Amino acid sequence: MPNSTTAGGFLLVLAIVLPVVGVLLSLPLGGRYAQRVALILMPAGLAVAVAIAVGVWRTNDVLQYFVGNWDPPLGVAFRADGLSAVMIVTAALLICGIGLFARAQFPTPHGAEARAPLVFWTLLLAVWGALNAVFIGGDLFNLYVALELLTFAAVPLVSLDGRAETLAAALRYLLFALLGSILYLLGAVLLYGTYGTLDIVLLSGRIQAGPAAWGAISLMTVGLLAKAALYPFHLWLPPAHAGAPAPASAILSGLVVKAPFFLVVRLWFDVTPKMPERIAAQVLGILGAAAILVGSVVALRQARLKLLIAYSTVAQIGYLFLMFPLAIEPETGHAWASTAWTAGMLQAISHAFAKAAMFMAAGLIAEALGHDRIARLSGIGRALPITVLAFGLGGLSLMGLPPSGGFVAKAMLLTAAVAEGQWWWAVVVLTGGLLAGGYVFLVLARALADASEPVTLRSTISPGRQAVVVALALCAVLLGFVPLRPLELLQIGRPDIAIGGLR
Amino acid sequence: MSDATLYGVLGAVLVGLGLFGLIVHPQPLRKILAFNLIGGGVFLLFGVVARRGASAGLGGDPVPQALVITGLVVAFAATALAVALLLRLFQETGRATLRSDDSPP
Repeated sequence: MPNSTTAGGFLLVLAIVLPVVGVLLSLPLGGRYAQRVALILMPAGLAVAVAIAVGVWRTNDVLQYFVGNWDPPLGVAFRADGLSAVMIVTAALLICGIGLFARAQFPTPHGAEARAPLVFWTLLLAVWGALNAVFIGGDLFNLYVALELLTFAAVPLVSLDGRAETLAAALRYLLFALLGSILYLLGAVLLYGTYGTLDIVLLSGRIQAGPAAWGAISLMTVGLLAKAALYPFHLWLPPAHAGAPAPASAILSGLVVKAPFFLVVRLWFDVTPKMPERIAAQVLGILGAAAILVGSVVALRQARLKLLIAYSTVAQIGYLFLMFPLAIEPETGHAWASTAWTAGMLQAISHAFAKAAMFMAAGLIAEALGHDRIARLSGIGRALPITVLAFGLGGLSLMGLPPSGGFVAKAMLLTAAVAEGQWWWAVVVLTGGLLAGGYVFLVLARALADASEPVTLRSTISPGRQAVVVALALCAVLLGFVPLRPLELLQIGRPDIAIGGLR
Repeated sequence: MSDATLYGVLGAVLVGLGLFGLIVHPQPLRKILAFNLIGGGVFLLFGVVARRGASAGLGGDPVPQALVITGLVVAFAATALAVALLLRLFQETGRATLRSDDSPP
């Protein structure tokens, strides 16, 4: 671990500054330029993200930047390890895809100023900047600020159309998020009071198992779970994600809920690597299992397509937390723990692509039909074949069928569960896969059925938008084809776990 | 009882009261106020930590005080956003409550 700013460190600053500059430019320039600003910044941001990943890959070490050249604990550090780099690239790809998709939905207004495009494009950039800040933050308080920025950017996206029920959903989301962040902050105070630093690397050297550390980590974890919508804190998610416009749902479901999950991973594997918390990890696993079962069963009972996808997000978030009981396993050696850890991160990435594609496909279907009732979808498969294909490809990853990123993630979870003798998690993974198969086929069977009369589309859907959705769904599938080599990128900067085990 | 302990206990009481209010009260406005109560308790704890960590003849550790200022700004912005959403909800529906039967038909 280098202890000064590294060569590529300025890239980390760029990753945050570029979107923020976009936000600051959009506000005075107004809705007529907001889209242009966002679309110009997207390739630049993607280039920075790729450069960060290449930098981490080449040097085989973390990229680091000390703000103002002040060393921690007084200064604030930005660090990008392999995990950060992968998440930054995922976020950049998704934001670019969503931006291309949303061009038609939030067009530049001609003549009078319109509020929705200005707000959407500004908040899209704000979410991007906040996400990058979460992924590279090296200081627990800075991470708190980044999380809050993310919440403030995400909540208004829910209520873009200003209907009463989306306002209520946004308010409920905000209240859950505020409870979560204040608990996180309380934990951070306790850590600072006990160990005198909030820097993740310094803290991991000083932290000891004890009441203060246990209390702080528990408070922070519970707070983050409320933001990540893990069962039983999932109640805010379905109305918020289903009520938002399709591109906004894609950001919220694909990326925003991954940020608090990412921080739980940071806390448990980077801040407290020396405190194996087996019982607590089992509790997280049980909550994850409950999320999978409850979310999937409730998804099966939904009448509306977007609500079904939102409940499926609740279930898929559960898979993310199955990695904790499997990866925190000090006795059976590190090999399988590493597999479970990688599986969790792969699930996060492949779900991001798959769910974004499914929400946008649902958006296109709703736009074409004027409704998203599952019972009346018949014939849409003939009218919008590409869109339904994208939905199906996304569903492939959710079910965990080969070939897809979701398959590799779930197969690795299964392997780790069986190899470690914790077979009950394997049962949950398999049941969840079956239930996911159920709700995806429920939609596909309706969509591919022949309609009694030909479907009349309310509006024509441009092939370009359908292509974007398919491209994102294909990303989720292609993750299943990549050889395991790129997964080594994920391991760069990992202290002790997670080396080896895959080969 | 030293000053730090007294303020620490006060902070804990505020956090407890706020948590109780946030969970028990169904009205969003009360929940927002309860959130601010928790926030007050947490910021008080920052002050306690600053005093306890004082060294080198300083009256307090400056880092937590810097953090409190940022935290206050964030909490203020959060409250403003929540109140704005609540006001808009009231304008749209004439109600300032979140009922579970609000879900779309």
